[in-house]
Amino acid sequence: MIRINCPVCGLRDETEFTYGGDASVTRPPIDDTQLSSWMDFVFMRDNPRGEHREFWHHVQGCRQWLVLERNTANHAIGSCTLAAGRGT
Amino acid sequence: MKQPNRLEHGGRIDRDRAIEMQFDGQTLSAFEGDTLASAMLANGLKIVARGFKYHRPRGVFSAGVEEPNALVHLRSGARHEPNARATVVEAYDGLQSTGQNAWPGVRFDISAVNQLLAPFIGAGFYYKTFMGPVKGTAFWMFCEKFIRRAAGMGRAQTVADPDEYEKVNAFCDVLVIGGGPAGLAAAIAAGQCGARVILLEQDACLGGSMLSLPVGGESDACLKAMEATLKGMDNVRILKRTTVFGAYDQDVYGAVERVWDHVEVPPAHQPRQRYWQIRTKQAVMATGAIERPLVFANNDRPGVMLANAVRSYVNRYAVLPGKKIVLATNNDSAYAVAADLVRAGAEVSLLDARVSVPAELFKPLEALGVQLYPGYGILAAKGSRGVSGAKIVLLDENGCARGPSKTIRCDLIAVSGGWTPVVHLWSQRGQKLQFDEQSASFLPLKSASSTLKTAGSANACGDLNQALLQGEVAGQEAAKAVTGVVGVQVNVPRLKEAIYADDWARDLLMIWSVTREDGSTDGKAFVDVQHDVALSDIDLAHREGFVSVEHLKRYTTTGMATDQGKLSNINALARMAQLQALSIPKVGTTTFRPPYTPIAIGAIAGREQGIHFRPTRLTPVHDWHVDNAAVMIEAGAWKRPWYYPEGGETINQAYVREAAHVRKHVGVVDASTLGKIAVQGPDAAEFLNRVYVNAWKKLKIGRLRYGVMLRDDGIVLDDGATARLGENDYFMTTTTANAAKILGYLEHLLQTAWTDLKVHVTSVSDQYAAFAVAGPSARDLLDAVCSGADLSNEALPNNQFVKATIAGVPVRINRMSYSGELAYEVYVASGYAHAVWKNLFKAGASFDIKPYGTESMGALRIEKGHVAGPEIDGRTTLGDLGLAGFASRVKPFSGSVLRHREKLDMASRPTLVGLEIDGDTGGMAGSLIYDQRAQQMGEEQGFLTSTTYSPALKKYISLALLRDGHERFGESVDIVNHVGDTVQTAKVVSPHFFDPEGARQNA
Repeated sequence: MIRINCPVCGLRDETEFTYGGDASVTRPPIDDTQLSSWMDFVFMRDNPRGEHREFWHHVQGCRQWLVLERNTANHAIGSCTLAAGRGT
Repeated sequence: MKQPNRLEHGGRIDRDRAIEMQFDGQTLSAFEGDTLASAMLANGLKIVARGFKYHRPRGVFSAGVEEPNALVHLRSGARHEPNARATVVEAYDGLQSTGQNAWPGVRFDISAVNQLLAPFIGAGFYYKTFMGPVKGTAFWMFCEKFIRRAAGMGRAQTVADPDEYEKVNAFCDVLVIGGGPAGLAAAIAAGQCGARVILLEQDACLGGSMLSLPVGGESDACLKAMEATLKGMDNVRILKRTTVFGAYDQDVYGAVERVWDHVEVPPAHQPRQRYWQIRTKQAVMATGAIERPLVFANNDRPGVMLANAVRSYVNRYAVLPGKKIVLATNNDSAYAVAADLVRAGAEVSLLDARVSVPAELFKPLEALGVQLYPGYGILAAKGSRGVSGAKIVLLDENGCARGPSKTIRCDLIAVSGGWTPVVHLWSQRGQKLQFDEQSASFLPLKSASSTLKTAGSANACGDLNQALLQGEVAGQEAAKAVTGVVGVQVNVPRLKEAIYADDWARDLLMIWSVTREDGSTDGKAFVDVQHDVALSDIDLAHREGFVSVEHLKRYTTTGMATDQGKLSNINALARMAQLQALSIPKVGTTTFRPPYTPIAIGAIAGREQGIHFRPTRLTPVHDWHVDNAAVMIEAGAWKRPWYYPEGGETINQAYVREAAHVRKHVGVVDASTLGKIAVQGPDAAEFLNRVYVNAWKKLKIGRLRYGVMLRDDGIVLDDGATARLGENDYFMTTTTANAAKILGYLEHLLQTAWTDLKVHVTSVSDQYAAFAVAGPSARDLLDAVCSGADLSNEALPNNQFVKATIAGVPVRINRMSYSGELAYEVYVASGYAHAVWKNLFKAGASFDIKPYGTESMGALRIEKGHVAGPEIDGRTTLGDLGLAGFASRVKPFSGSVLRHREKLDMASRPTLVGLEIDGDTGGMAGSLIYDQRAQQMGEEQGFLTSTTYSPALKKYISLALLRDGHERFGESVDIVNHVGDTVQTAKVVSPHFFDPEGARQNA
């Protein structure tokens, strides 16, 4: 079990969260009509061994979507920030 | 009863508390402080079990969790427990135990005839023999039943366990695993540095290896001092009878405390076991080491034991299992054992595989009269039902016999092949192990940054004082890493004078297997005693080309029994290395996985079982449903009324009556389980416009609209109605099943992608109840019960809502229909829901109001061709479901691009149709549809999704997804249920079976 340091709630068990996929992909703008950009966004993922940025939802807590750095090889946890804070 | 092997004096047993236990109908006299195994030995029991495969007689082999042989059934009835290791079962008065894997009993076992066949039953025997001769798998599957029964372990209980188990969450700074000398020292040191400490010990007493040392000696004084020190520390919590079975990410440890396993029935309201989930900052692994056996012919005979296990029985339990003992070793740690055995009254011969042994080791033994055999090993144990002698021989550097053998008569063979540090938790944490040549063991490859420290024998440390010192240092370092405070003076008790060093690690000779010159053995020489894997099996695997240690493990099953190779691991690796002419680390080792020792599933489940497995969600009018004899059904976590039987109706009679009643009079269904989401903010309309396929920007306040959402890949996600309550205030509903998923999805979009949109989404599912009032009399009923609203068709047409009051309670009335009848949805705050519901029924008496359940609700929506979960199954598109008309052609929305992928736009995709089923039996959802015109059955062309009897049409109908569906109205098709093996015929029709023009809902 990994433990996630939620910026709102503090250090909590993994069981309070749900995984939400790769946070390094960017959703195309809603008016992007290119098939390829949506195909990339929905289906194309790297499968890195090592550092990975991923979305986690604190679904049993503050309900914030978080961006968590997790090492896929050893489950080491890096920084954890609010997804909503990205780019602002 | 007399205990022939019990010593007159000594031991850590309570001689004032005599107890009696049963094993296979035989009474065992014992004392409190005994284990079941020590009682067996004290009472002279030799054969206590039978081997896994060959059913050879087996005796007690060890004195700890590593026990491979003495596995027994405990207790009877519902409290029956299989595969209990007698060596760790605490004795209590009245304990019932029986042998397992033997019939009729362990002393005479029919299957022991397998011994005669043993030469033929090598590695892979069953697969090679029974899988080959007959083509196909049927023969193997027939034989497998008998093979599985003959081999095996204990018998599991099939009735529910009456005892309680519970779960505890715990937090600490430093977790100390193991209450032996190193662990005690670590706990004291960490505690004195100010850390919050939890100390866990699997045994019922603290002390670990110190408990096996002579009573009243120097080590006892030290142990007493440490226990006294700990007693005075309120920041150290000590849990005995608690095994750490797993180490997990971020320093989370799983442990099971056997709270009341040492009694027949736990006291009232007390758990038998308790599962601890411990989150710590630092941990100290002081898990000790397990002695390694030696491999020689018939090394599984009752009376062959681990040397230091014999020492435990002598010193801790005051049991001397043999009078004439042959002790064989390849290291120093058997010498102290020999001394203790002689003092207990045994005659001892000591064989050391090493030719030259330091004088300080053997001189004291010579004085005690021990016969020494340097350079010797045991070639074979003599005796069949118990040891009667040892065939000994001079060894060469490979462990092969050199010169003739001779036989020493004895009744016990004690062996020591060095020790295997218990590094399971280290390995489970994904940390590296390194082979240490000196101690011939895999040791933790330490790194300063590790949050798991190691101390004591788990490190292959030398003597007792060194273990204490390592524990002290590890405890101090762990505490320092947490508190950040350096230089705290600690005061851990020490031994006043060093006692005799039993340091195995410094001078071990890597010989574990003894064979004749040609590598053969005089009989089965077991590497894995529990799984009956012999040296010859490893050799066979090698000859057949199994090179990888992982393959060898699976082919021979060595290390795969319940002891997980605690004893066999290194000996198997050493043999492989020898055969491949490699070093042990080159061969490698397998990975340890939790649990360290077997744990009861009941402990992990705790109280999360039965109704407590997950929360049950009840609607605000649940009690009314129960009072009115509704039969409830589970819908996810919800309980919903399924149907309301009248006068002994079956479900089929009830739902048909309910559905017909709705079409004729008026009915009410509790729709409170719908997902309800408040969508609020200045950009709410823009947000809805993006997530729904249809347009939302022009929806006026007071109106509502049906909407469909797609996943980004273009597949239909969910549907529901959303009302605009105010300028920036929308009230969305989702299907019951998808409520949580949709909320999370909307939050994801707003927080990760569209952070510029000023919108909040909030679940209000629990805040509002919803009732659908449907039927020709619905308006008349609501008119009678509502105040403050005009419900006429002109004032309130479909897709509009009004605010009103019922019995003074504010409600919102949506005009919308799921059933196809004139219908409304009444939304009311949950706290007032029951009162409003009761008022509806009070006023409804004159309109013949009836409640209806989910079954008739389903029948009504199928008659109307509305889609639900069975159609929105994660594979269907808007086009498939006949919903393409809803999608906006001008605005983009989630899924608008990918829904036009080639395969999703294909005209031949299965589309939603209706089926009128011939005959008087209904269809089964999931049945396949076949083309009647085809010459051969071919592949199916679609399947049934939702089926019902239609009271309106008076026939069985179904929704289905059928290839080219829209072009096939009027065609007759075959419906095949391959599970029930039935074939029906049906006519393809429009999915809108009933009132397709919608005259009734618009009335």
